[in-house]
Amino acid sequence: MKEVLVVDDSPSMRQLVSTTLGQAGFKVTLAEDGEAALQIAQKNQFKLVVTDVNMPRMDGLTLVEKLRGLPAFKFTPILVLTTEVDPAKKTRAKTAGATGWLVKPFDPQKLLGTISRVLR
Amino acid sequence: MDFDQIAAAVRESFQAEAVDLLDTMEAKLLELEQGDADEEVVHALFRAAHSIKGGSGTCGLTAVANFTHVVETLLDEMREQRLKATPELISLFLKSVDCLRGMLSAAESGVDFDAAEVAAVQQLLEAELPQAESGSPEPEQPARPRSDGNLWKVVFKPQREFLHRGNNPLLMFHELAELGSLAVLVSVEDLPAFEELTPEDLYLWWTLELTSDCAQQDIEEVFAWVEDDCELTIEQIESTAEEAAVSATAESSGPRPPAAASKPTNPKQTGSIRVSIDKVDALINMVGELVITQSMLGAFDDYSYEDFDAQTVDRIRESITQLAQNTRELQEGVMRIRMLPISVVFQRFPRLVHDLSGQLGKKFELVLEGEQTELDKTVLEQVSEPLVHLVRNSLDHGLEAPEARLAKGKPETGTLTLSAFHRSGNAVIEIRDDGAGLNTEKIRNKAIAQGLVGEKDSLSEDEIHALIFRPGFSTADQVSDVSGRGVGMDVVVRKIKALSGDVSIKSVEGKGTTVRIHLPLTMAILDGQLIRIGDRIFILPLLSIVESLQVNHSNVSVVANAAEVYRLRNEPKPIVRLHDVLGLDSSRADLSDALLVVVENGGDQVCLVVDELLAQQQVVVKSLEANYRRVEGLAGATILGDGTVALILDVPRVVAAARQGSPRFFPPANNQAELGETQTAAAS
Repeated sequence: MKEVLVVDDSPSMRQLVSTTLGQAGFKVTLAEDGEAALQIAQKNQFKLVVTDVNMPRMDGLTLVEKLRGLPAFKFTPILVLTTEVDPAKKTRAKTAGATGWLVKPFDPQKLLGTISRVLR
Repeated sequence: MDFDQIAAAVRESFQAEAVDLLDTMEAKLLELEQGDADEEVVHALFRAAHSIKGGSGTCGLTAVANFTHVVETLLDEMREQRLKATPELISLFLKSVDCLRGMLSAAESGVDFDAAEVAAVQQLLEAELPQAESGSPEPEQPARPRSDGNLWKVVFKPQREFLHRGNNPLLMFHELAELGSLAVLVSVEDLPAFEELTPEDLYLWWTLELTSDCAQQDIEEVFAWVEDDCELTIEQIESTAEEAAVSATAESSGPRPPAAASKPTNPKQTGSIRVSIDKVDALINMVGELVITQSMLGAFDDYSYEDFDAQTVDRIRESITQLAQNTRELQEGVMRIRMLPISVVFQRFPRLVHDLSGQLGKKFELVLEGEQTELDKTVLEQVSEPLVHLVRNSLDHGLEAPEARLAKGKPETGTLTLSAFHRSGNAVIEIRDDGAGLNTEKIRNKAIAQGLVGEKDSLSEDEIHALIFRPGFSTADQVSDVSGRGVGMDVVVRKIKALSGDVSIKSVEGKGTTVRIHLPLTMAILDGQLIRIGDRIFILPLLSIVESLQVNHSNVSVVANAAEVYRLRNEPKPIVRLHDVLGLDSSRADLSDALLVVVENGGDQVCLVVDELLAQQQVVVKSLEANYRRVEGLAGATILGDGTVALILDVPRVVAAARQGSPRFFPPANNQAELGETQTAAAS
């Protein structure tokens, strides 16, 4: 069972990602912002984390940083969903510890393809 | 896996989400305008626009995404302090919100939106950008030379900490292998001795040979995330003739915009509803209780006739009582699901007031009270328009211009209060202004001119005020764009009455006006008092009953126009002989032993003469209009436990009619066919 944590403050985005991943055989847990995600992460294990960047309370990059601080998440692939591709944002994501990114809007196929780059 | 199905479902939920996001943006923009230049407000605005852009793009609403991109960019500039929030800019943002609402609603109903208007607003937005930035949020795929069946040599030397961000070189090679055929050669020359080996570090590097007709870019793309964390060389060993292929910008198709204008829609009559989880949990509990009761009763299923004794019967009775309780709770619980807080409707008003303030050149302050008061969803949807009209009326006619207010010694800024609360089983909405109040004289004169009242008629001030609810009535000297077309007030009344509600008005000239709307909390179920009139059973809504009493003949008196009045605790209340009203045989000539039921509606009380008070029970209201036709004086019908039909009396109508004189809804006895017909129709 491949457990995935999906974090996004947009309900429709959560629905899209969770439906796509669910149908592909992943077991999806949803969180609506960084703080909620962090709490879930402290009590559960995941093979993959997919998170939006712009969220209230705790943004995606801060979440990535904090996750990397948890022993269980040291090497977990973390993908950030972003609408920008400029180099500065890429660098910031990587510095925070993100494995990679996916540019929004994406179609569900692309999501699965990108995930296959980090998860079997 | 059907992506179309996923897309359609996501589109629907995005539409609902977008409505909320746009409302949030509007609210925050208004906050910004009040001078709350809080950083958090701008951030919230940016996040909302960002979400709309992302979501709309994902749904294939490209035009929306493109437009929102410009808005988002401007907001980004604002939050990075590179752009200031001027009133003009805020107005422009508000206009953008309107555009987006129009575009989204057009997309939902499948019509086209006004592209010209959207383009115009977009241009204005783009003009505000520090450097001109042209729209498309999608990265263009430039022309790239394609080659056939090349051999690529890729040397991939990752840094030691490569694995630390969760990257997996092997999976990247798998991805590369999808481009063609791949040969992988690993180098272990940098591996240290076992004791020095840290499993989290990567000491390997690879040489990869890929035979593919892909472009160099495709290979680079596989390593896009890690380009800074490794040494990567990509060489093409052989190459065949190049084809220059231009790949067009990939864009999912959005709505094609011709010039058709879209109509602005009012509060969405969506087919879905948001329910708080507490309500759902409560329901789950109630169903649990119901299941317990059911199994209690189910136990008796196994009993044979001999097993039934007095004790068993008592136990069954208990269970049945329990069942009644469970059912009632469940019923109320489910009803509550359809209830939404009135804030859903109230939240339109800050924007409306803001716009009108500008338009009319007056100053208002809007106060909202009781926003959490809950009403049935359908009622809310229907009451929104009348409220808008009443508010516009208030602002247009009620509240005076700043100078006039100052001259009267009032504060320059007028106050409009929208208040909602529950009272005796009804929801009450009040629209209170501290404006000029109703001009009684003017109304009276207008009414006389229109022939609604005679010159000699004496009416109380309240009665004169109530005249403004009559069709066609308007004392506005000229029809202003905002209101006063004379078709408004009676439409308001009609809509409220259609909801089984009532409207009343109280005003003090010079001080202000209060319009009060009473609405039932739910239209489908009624707590009813069964009464007997003649040989028929009717129903009065329990909540409208104040008390019932035996007539004390000395308290009955006859007033001017032969109307009977009852002195109840020193206050005269009109007496209504329901037999007359309903055209039924009077079973009594005088009132000596009569039963009076005192009913209340909107502050006015009336005494109804009935023959007998029967049981109280919950009834399911069936619409007469839907099954037969609208009948004046009746609010619906229901089927009693024994299968007979009982008609439900329209208390507000009866009370209102009684106040104006003796009401008679049905022609007298010889046309009882009408009543019987109504009953038969209701039973079918």
